[in-house]
Amino acid sequence: MHPAIFLVLLALLATPAPADDTLTIAVASNFSRTAAELSARFSGTTGIEVRISNGSTGRLYAQILNGAPFDVFLAADVERPALLENSGHAVAGSRFTYARGGLSLWSRDATDCLATLKDASAGRVALANPAIAPYGRAAMEFLISEGHWEVVSGRAVYGENAMQVLQFAATGNAVVGIIANAQLVDPNLPESACVWNIPTESHGSIEQQAVLLENAASNDAAQRFIEFMQSDVAREIVERHGYGVSP
Amino acid sequence: MNIFGPLWLSIQLALATTVILLLVGTPIAWWLSQTSSRWKPVAQTIVAMPLVLPPTVLGFYLLILLGPDGAIGSWWVQLTGSALTFSFAGLVIASCIYSMPFAIQPMQNAFEALPRQTLERAWTLGASRLDAFFSVVAPLSVRGFVGGMVLSFAHTLGEFGVVLMVGGNIPGETRVISIAIYDHVETLNYAAAHKMSLLLLAFAFVVLFGMYAFNRRWDSR
Repeated sequence: MHPAIFLVLLALLATPAPADDTLTIAVASNFSRTAAELSARFSGTTGIEVRISNGSTGRLYAQILNGAPFDVFLAADVERPALLENSGHAVAGSRFTYARGGLSLWSRDATDCLATLKDASAGRVALANPAIAPYGRAAMEFLISEGHWEVVSGRAVYGENAMQVLQFAATGNAVVGIIANAQLVDPNLPESACVWNIPTESHGSIEQQAVLLENAASNDAAQRFIEFMQSDVAREIVERHGYGVSP
Repeated sequence: MNIFGPLWLSIQLALATTVILLLVGTPIAWWLSQTSSRWKPVAQTIVAMPLVLPPTVLGFYLLILLGPDGAIGSWWVQLTGSALTFSFAGLVIASCIYSMPFAIQPMQNAFEALPRQTLERAWTLGASRLDAFFSVVAPLSVRGFVGGMVLSFAHTLGEFGVVLMVGGNIPGETRVISIAIYDHVETLNYAAAHKMSLLLLAFAFVVLFGMYAFNRRWDSR
């Protein structure tokens, strides 16, 4: 190898480590748009740069266990942050609920979402995979507690998450999708023929928790981000994006 | 926990795909190897595209094409009453497109390597084109057929992205082994993920090793 090329490669490898005024947060995909607005607001007032890494909660969790350089984890459930706290990968006592989710039936073509859901001869019903996605688990609880599972089970298709459920429903591949309420305020939401809000008491609560990761235990910027997430400014942004916040 | 259900589904999918690609791909590969048409580069490009396109692009288009409103999906709905997305038949179509270059290219290479005189000799001896193909070309191109079939089988077995986008994760219908592994990783069920991954790893090794061992014996004949 030519020495000059070697030096260039070496210089590329030796990019400076992120300074204290940079934060890396792992964000559950469903919250990515909200997190982008939150971090922009946070950066604007503090000058701290925030890098966002999106992914499913399960995948981000596995990455954190294997040494991913994240400072804060905004998960889509309670389970994963709690596990990280127990295993010492997150700072004990830093866990809190930053958003609460709700569910809706959504259809591109059907004019009555609930009637279509109950109609065994109607097309596919999409929900997030209950084994993986908290929104899927809640959707399943709703279907079972309201007695719809019997007419839905043979027609159910499972998305990886609520986003894919909307994708199935928006392309007409599923006649009804069980999506997250936060998706209803998405500016890119396609035209729908019906939307029906699922009563919150028909399923277990969907809590999304945040946790400060062990990496950032003594990182002042990360601490400030956690405090910002609990501020009124942040809560207003979270609510505007279609989530509930803790009272 | 059932390990073998998703594996068996994957094997069925890979078998169906391999057989279809053998039937459809052989004439295409033959045509590509013999033609001097100016459309040849276009056809070659189309055949090779799945190699470079991310599964998300194929998956996205297939979701629309195979869906109830899509060109292929709507026709299938009229025929059978259900759409192609979220069905085994849909996965077979998707896999055929996704694995197409892996079947066609080895066959085309084998056909192109045949000495021209061999074919011409068969024709002058009065063999029809079809007869010449089966009694002269095919036996001499075994390596290309084996390569194409093994690679399309193995590649379909390892298919993930496209299935994730058009499969809908239905047990026994579209939950193939790669999707099942993904689910287990996501749900922290690492023990099951390990078992399935190891099974697939061993399987891939055996299949590819079988092909290379076969090639070696074939070459040394």
